[in-house]
Parts: sequence; structure tokens; C-alpha cells
Amino acid sequence: MTAALWALVQAGLFVAAAPLLLGWVKWLKCLLQNRAAPPLRQPYRDLARLFRKQPVLAKNASWLFRFTPYGVFGATVAAAALVPLLTLATPGAQLGDIIVLVGLLALGRTFTALAGMDIGTAFGGMGASREMAVSAFTEPAMLMAIFTLTMTAASTNLASAITHILEQGFILRPSFTFALLGLMMVAVAETSRIPVDNPATHLELTMLHEAMVLEYSGRHLALLDWAAHIKFMIFAVLIIDLFLPWGIAADLSAGTMAIAIAALLLKLTMLAITLVAAETVLAKMRLFRVPEYLNLAFLLSLLGLLSHVILEVA
Amino acid sequence: MASFTLLIADGAVVAALLSCLISLAGDISPRLCQRGAFIFLGLSGACAVVAGVLTLATATISAQTAVLGLPWLHWHLRLDPLSAWFLIIIGAVTLAVAVYGPSYVREFMHSPHSLTVLGSFTGLFIMGMELVVLADDAFAFLTAWELMSVSSYFLVAYQHHYPANRRAAFLYLLMAHLGAVAILLAFGVLAHAGGDFTFTTLRSATVSDNWATLAFALALFGFGIKAGLVPGHTWLPEAHPAAPSHISALMSGVMLKIAVYGFIRLVFDLLGNIHWQWGVTTLLIGCVTALFGVLYAMMQNDLKRLLAYSSIENIGIIFLGLGLAMVFFATNHFTAGVIGLTASLYHCLNHSLFKSLLFLGAGAVAHTAHETDLNHMGGLIRRMPHTAALFLIGCLSIAALPPFNGFASEWLTFQAAIQTPSMESGVLRIVISVAAAVLALAAALGASTFVKVYGTAFLGRGRTRHISHAREVGWGMRLGQAWLAGLCLLLGLFPPFVVDSLKSVNQMLVNVTLPAQTAGSWLVLAPVSADTAAYAAPFVIALLLLAALVVRVMLRLHGNMKTPRRSAPWDCGFGTLTTRMQYTAHSFAMPLRRIFRPVWRLEESVEETPTGLRYALQIHDRFWNWLYEPISRALQRSTRAVGLLQSGNVRTYLTYSFVTLLILLWVIT
Repeated sequence: MTAALWALVQAGLFVAAAPLLLGWVKWLKCLLQNRAAPPLRQPYRDLARLFRKQPVLAKNASWLFRFTPYGVFGATVAAAALVPLLTLATPGAQLGDIIVLVGLLALGRTFTALAGMDIGTAFGGMGASREMAVSAFTEPAMLMAIFTLTMTAASTNLASAITHILEQGFILRPSFTFALLGLMMVAVAETSRIPVDNPATHLELTMLHEAMVLEYSGRHLALLDWAAHIKFMIFAVLIIDLFLPWGIAADLSAGTMAIAIAALLLKLTMLAITLVAAETVLAKMRLFRVPEYLNLAFLLSLLGLLSHVILEVA
Repeated sequence: MASFTLLIADGAVVAALLSCLISLAGDISPRLCQRGAFIFLGLSGACAVVAGVLTLATATISAQTAVLGLPWLHWHLRLDPLSAWFLIIIGAVTLAVAVYGPSYVREFMHSPHSLTVLGSFTGLFIMGMELVVLADDAFAFLTAWELMSVSSYFLVAYQHHYPANRRAAFLYLLMAHLGAVAILLAFGVLAHAGGDFTFTTLRSATVSDNWATLAFALALFGFGIKAGLVPGHTWLPEAHPAAPSHISALMSGVMLKIAVYGFIRLVFDLLGNIHWQWGVTTLLIGCVTALFGVLYAMMQNDLKRLLAYSSIENIGIIFLGLGLAMVFFATNHFTAGVIGLTASLYHCLNHSLFKSLLFLGAGAVAHTAHETDLNHMGGLIRRMPHTAALFLIGCLSIAALPPFNGFASEWLTFQAAIQTPSMESGVLRIVISVAAAVLALAAALGASTFVKVYGTAFLGRGRTRHISHAREVGWGMRLGQAWLAGLCLLLGLFPPFVVDSLKSVNQMLVNVTLPAQTAGSWLVLAPVSADTAAYAAPFVIALLLLAALVVRVMLRLHGNMKTPRRSAPWDCGFGTLTTRMQYTAHSFAMPLRRIFRPVWRLEESVEETPTGLRYALQIHDRFWNWLYEPISRALQRSTRAVGLLQSGNVRTYLTYSFVTLLILLWVIT
């Protein structure tokens, strides 16, 4: 019972901390680009402001449009609950494995895309079309990258796979590198960041995610934004969990948890610095170049899986 | 002595026959034909489901010899768990069609085509399918198979005043018979070794490796054509849109599965002793079919044609699972093999449910708005709210999204593929990993395809007058769809029950089973163990709903639930948004069309007309170019060469007879 309670606490922490991570990334980015940074709590203030506002709906919006923010938020939170954040000892991973996680994210994405097409404006359709095209590559690439790591454990359960990776110790294998690169490229594309998309722009010719949610406002937009923050954090934690799991607690005792929190903060900082450095150096890609990027991500992940089954198993 | 369950199954067959006979009276009373025929179809479907469920629950095998057939070869019928599973598939969809049908066929009452033809061949078609799964000897099997193929030919050709439908029907008949010949030969190979035609003898026949491989190849060819495996798929996108929608639902949802049944019966049950090469062949063909199907589905703009291509994709996934199972069994990895087989059979049921649901939905739209072109639809969610909600369930299921049934079976297929590291052979490891990648890609592209379908047909604003004035269809039609949609949700939420009910099928086919899923926690599906992989659909969905609920309650407590204001959508300040500014089916698929360009043969044209520019895009199936046209040209060349013999001159023919006579005399002496 305590384990189940801890799982809920962990999920709650995940959901609550997600905007903070984004605020932290933004703060770092401003620091690196010599700009005045907004305070760390800015994402929370944005969300609170949106929650307070009265939403505006298009005249012909259907029930699907109003349902979508709740559905997307719920699916993303459920996905977050499956990812071990601090400890492996919670039953979260027993409820659903990594394929369920990918499925829940896909569910959220599908609803966002459908809602984008509901009003019947060109932007919504454009965003939906682009987002679904991007996901057609990122989703399989993500699965391949994760399979590369979990296949040795012959398991898709995240907690078991991580335990297995911990037991093996750190070995720099070729498949590991390919999968890491693949998954990072996927994460960038999936969370709509530079160089695939730019969350800070509303220039309609280049946008993907923002085009779909253009018609949303008020609490609906707040929920979608929050879901996007959680999704960002899911990818960050997933990369950490699979490639650098050291420090994660195997039980629920206070000592290991303290270490786990410190390790998580350290690893998230490192990941954020990498991301921010990449975003500062790179420019947004032309939209027509995005397929090449996606192909590369998919091929890297597949290469990781193949080099794993050819070279490393046996 | 026939047991109780087999008697119920016989009842299903007889009810289907009665439905056919009642329809024959349709010329006297069309209403009798419209109502009565469907009542008996429903009865047939219900009997099939009951017989199937009882057999699976008790894991019994019951056999009987019917009085039909040749004097020296009576028909053998048998109801075992495998036939029971497919009987359930037939029954579940037939039930939906029986509820849906009466209001749907009303539009044909005032058309030049008679309901008698439609009703009687529908009855025969369903009877044929039920007999195929019950048949226990090759003779009965092939007779029932032909009954199914030929009666469905008449259903495809039903609206024969359109030349396209006549062409589609002929192509279908041709392909069906090519397949049937191969199946006949496959049975022939086994019967040669066994001695007679009963499945019992064929099962125990010892066949040498080469002959077994030949029988396998013939079976793959024959059943593959009927199931729609690439490159034998070309009839499918032609025939399905030609038939009335409830028939398309039966053909796509059920008949393709009957071909899968035939393949499983012949390969797993009758041949046994599977070679890994067969598995790899099946796996690779399944991969190609899945990718090909989904890429072509993505590009279609006719709703029923798109659904037909998507059936090709799903058949590919089913054969991919079967291929995995075969490879694993051949290399003695029984747990992984059973997972693959279970996933495949599960996907058969799932696909029959959601594909029938989608075809019935397409039929509902065609019924009320006379439109199947996605580029002319739009906004139907506001005109037909119930159909739209049910169609959404179908789309989410086929896009393999939790918590619907499509996700559960794809999840299981992945679980089989993930067992790769235990394989000794590096080649097999690579093949299986690539298969997993293909499956993931096909699933993601499938999701994209069905977002396109739903987004352009049901969301946005109506693009034509017909669509903008569409009305919700009758109760019967909605109820038929609701039954299928409900099953899609139930089978997605409680997969452990399905996996457990497949236990007796696995036991019979391969004598290995998975651990009982419902023994521990009946909400969690864990094919090997919970530590390896688990999927607890009810919990995950409860979590999802809980999160959404908590947010809503919190907002309400803080008094932040302001009623939304309605306003015009954002139009960039330019003024009126017209319906033509929306993304169409073509434009939605554009990014993927750029990426996968070489896959299709595209014909794009921009034409200048007095009213403006016209853009047209045609997608051609590459296999016509690569395979069918060369074969057809070669056939025509050779017939012309034979035709040279025929001069039309009596003297020449007399010379032929004389020479033949001389040769025969020479042969005898």
C-alpha cells in the first residue's frame, strides 16, 4: 500500500515539477545568450494566468475540441506515472511498460491533432498534418532506441530494464551511443524544440505544435501547455533513466531517496545544459529539411538495435 | 455423434441458408426480404457466437459426418477451438450487420437492383464462411470456399450498371480462383501422402520436407491472394468499394480472416513441423504488406478504398505475427512463439471488429450524404454526432491507441518481437528486429492515416452542400455500429480474458500455452511475468481519468470555471474563412508524400480552366506496372500465338484432325 502511495506521490511530483524544469531551461538559455532571464517560477505564473482567464471557443467548436485538453492532460499524466523518477520500488512500471508509455503519448498527440482540425482553419490542419508526419518517424525511432536498451533484459518493463542496466555496469557500447543519439533527436522533435520547431515563435510558416493549439485559450490552453511541459520532462527523465540510471533509489528508505533526488537534479542540470548549448548553437531548420533529420533519427535508432542484436548478444 | 455445440453451429449455418431462401421471396414482398432476411442473419450470427464461446470455454472438440457431399465422401464437420475462434469473428460481425442492414438496404428498394439478389447472396456468403471453418475434410472445405467466393462475387457485382464495379468483380473472381487452384493443389500434395481427404488423415500424413515446403508455398500463395498479401492484393481496393457497405464490412472484416484461418489450419494444424524458412518468408511478406498497405492507404481520398488498403496493412500485421510465431516455434522458443500466435489471432478478431465498424460508418455517411470522397466531406461530427463518436472509436482502435483493442494486440506482437536475444542465429535476430521496426512504423503511419480520415470527414466544416445537410442515420444503423464499438472498447480494456480464451486454441495447435492471465490479477495482462512486461489497461485509464477529474475539481473549487465565450475563429484579420481553405485529404498527406515519394506512381496535373486552376492527383498501384501488366501482356501474346492455328478454314481443321489421328495411332502402336 505504501508503495502505491509513493507511486502517486512520485507522479504528483513529476507533474508539479515539470514547469520548473522548463523555467530552468529557459533561464539557462537566457544566461547563455546574454539576455535578462525570467524568474524560474515564470511558467507557473503563465499557467495560473491562463487558468484564471475565460476561454474563448470558436463558434463551430465541437465537443471533441472541449474534451481534448482534459484528455491530453490525463494521458500525459498517466504516461508520467509510468516513468520511475526517484525510485524503482513503486508499482508504476507494473501498470504499463514502455510501449504503453509510447501509446499514451500517441493518444495525446492524436487528440491534439484532431482538435487542430476541428475548427476548420488552415492553421489547424497544417499543424496536424505536420505533427503526424513528424510522429510517423519519431514514434518508431523512440521504440527502437528503447528496445536497444531493454532487449538485453528481454523486458519492456522500465523498472526491470533499468535494474538490468544497473547490474551490468557502465559499458560504452556502439549500440548505446546510437540509441542515445537517436533518442535525443526524437526528444527534440517530439517536444517541439529547435532545430525542428521553435516554441518561442508564432510565425505560421514554420510552426508545428503551436499551429494545432492556435485556437485554444484560457484553461484549455493552460492544460495543453502543462501537458507539453510534462511531456518534455518525460523525455528528459526517460533519457536519464535509460542511459545514466546511476543514483536512482532501489527502495523507499530516506537515505537512498536523498541520494536519488541529488542525482536527479545533477543529471537534469547536465541534460539541460546540453540542450541549451545545442539550441544556442543551432538554427531552426527549414521545414523541408525536417524529414532528413527524422530519417536520421530513425536510422540511428534502427542501427542501434541492429548493432545490438548482431554484435552484442550471444 | 454430434455434440450440443456443434448442433448450435449447424443451426447458424441453417439460419444463414434460411435467410437466403427468404430473400428469394423478395420479389413478392420486398419488406419481408428486407426484415426477415436480416432476422435470420442475426440468428445465424448469434448461434455462431454462442457455439464459439461455448467451445472455447469447454475446450472441446466435436465432430460429425453430414449427409451432404458425394456418395462415397460425406462432408465431415468439426468444431474445435480454432474454428470456434473464427466462428466468433464471423458471428460478431454478422450480428452487427443484421442490426445495421434493414435500414441500410432501404435505399436499394427503389434502385434498379433487386433486394432478392443482395439478400440471397448475403445469406449464402455467410453460410459459406461458416462452413469453411467447420469443414473437416478438403472436399467440404473447398466446396464451402467456392460458395463463399462465388456468392461474394455476385455481391461485388451487385451494382453492375457501373462499369468499374463489373471490372472489379471480374478481377476479384479471377484472383479468387487463382488462389483456389493453389489451395486445391496444396491439399492435393497432402492427400497424396495421406490417402484420403479428411483432415484427420491429412494431419497424420508423413510428408517429406520438399513436399511439405511445396504445400506450404501453395498455401501461402492461395490463402495469401484471398487475404490480400502483397502482391496478390490488387483485387481488394477494387472490390471493397464496389460492394454495398455492409458487404464490404463482411468482406474486409470477416472474409479476409477466413483466409487467415485457412492458412493457420493448413500450416499449423495439418502440416505441423514448421521450418524456420517458412516463418521468415511469412514474416517478410507480412512486413512488406503492412508497410505497403499503410502507405497506400495514407494517399487515398476515397474513404472505402482507403479502408481497403488499411485492411491490407492489418493483414500484413497478422501475417507478421504468424511469421514470428513460426520462426520461434521452428527454433524451439515456445513461449515467444505462443505470444506471437496469440497476438496474431487476437489481431484477427480486433481487425474484424474495428474494420467492420469503420465500413459501417462509411456506409452511414454514404447512405445519408451519398458521398465517399474525403475531399468533399467535413463537419459531420455536428451533423451526425452518434455516428461520429462511434467512428472515432473505430479510428482510435485501428490507430493502435490505448485503451482500445488495436493497441492490445499490437502490444502483444511487440512482446513476441522483443524475445529476440534468445535466438541463436544472428540472421534471425536481424530479421525479427527489422520486423519490430516495420511494425512500429506501420502503427505510427496508421495513426497518421486515421487522423487524416477523421479530421477531413468528421471535423472542420462541410465542403459540399450534401454534406452540410447530412442527417443522422436510423437507430438500427447506429445500434449495429455501437455493438462493434462497445466490443472494441471491452476487448481493449480487458485483454487478459481474450488471451485466456485463446488458451485452448494454442493448446490444440501447438500444445503450449501461456500462463493463465486471469488467475492473479485479472486486470493486468502480463504474457510472461509482470516484471517482464505488463499492461493494466483499466488502471492506466483510471489514472488518465483521475488526472483529468482532479484538474476539473480543482478548477471548480477555485471558482475558475468561467463559461467559455463563443467567437469567430482566427482568420489572420483577412475576413471570411471559406471551407475551401481547410486542409483536404490530399494536403494532409503532403508531407508524407514528399518523404516516401518513390513508393507511389503519382500523376499530378495542374489545369487552367475558365473558373480557375484545377489540381488533380492520381495514385497508381505500382504492382500493376511491375507485375500484372507484364503478365497480362505475355498472356495475350501467347494466346495470339495459339490463335494462329485457327484459320477458320475447314480444310485446315481436317488436316489437324488427320495429323492428330496419325500421331495417336503411332503412339498406340
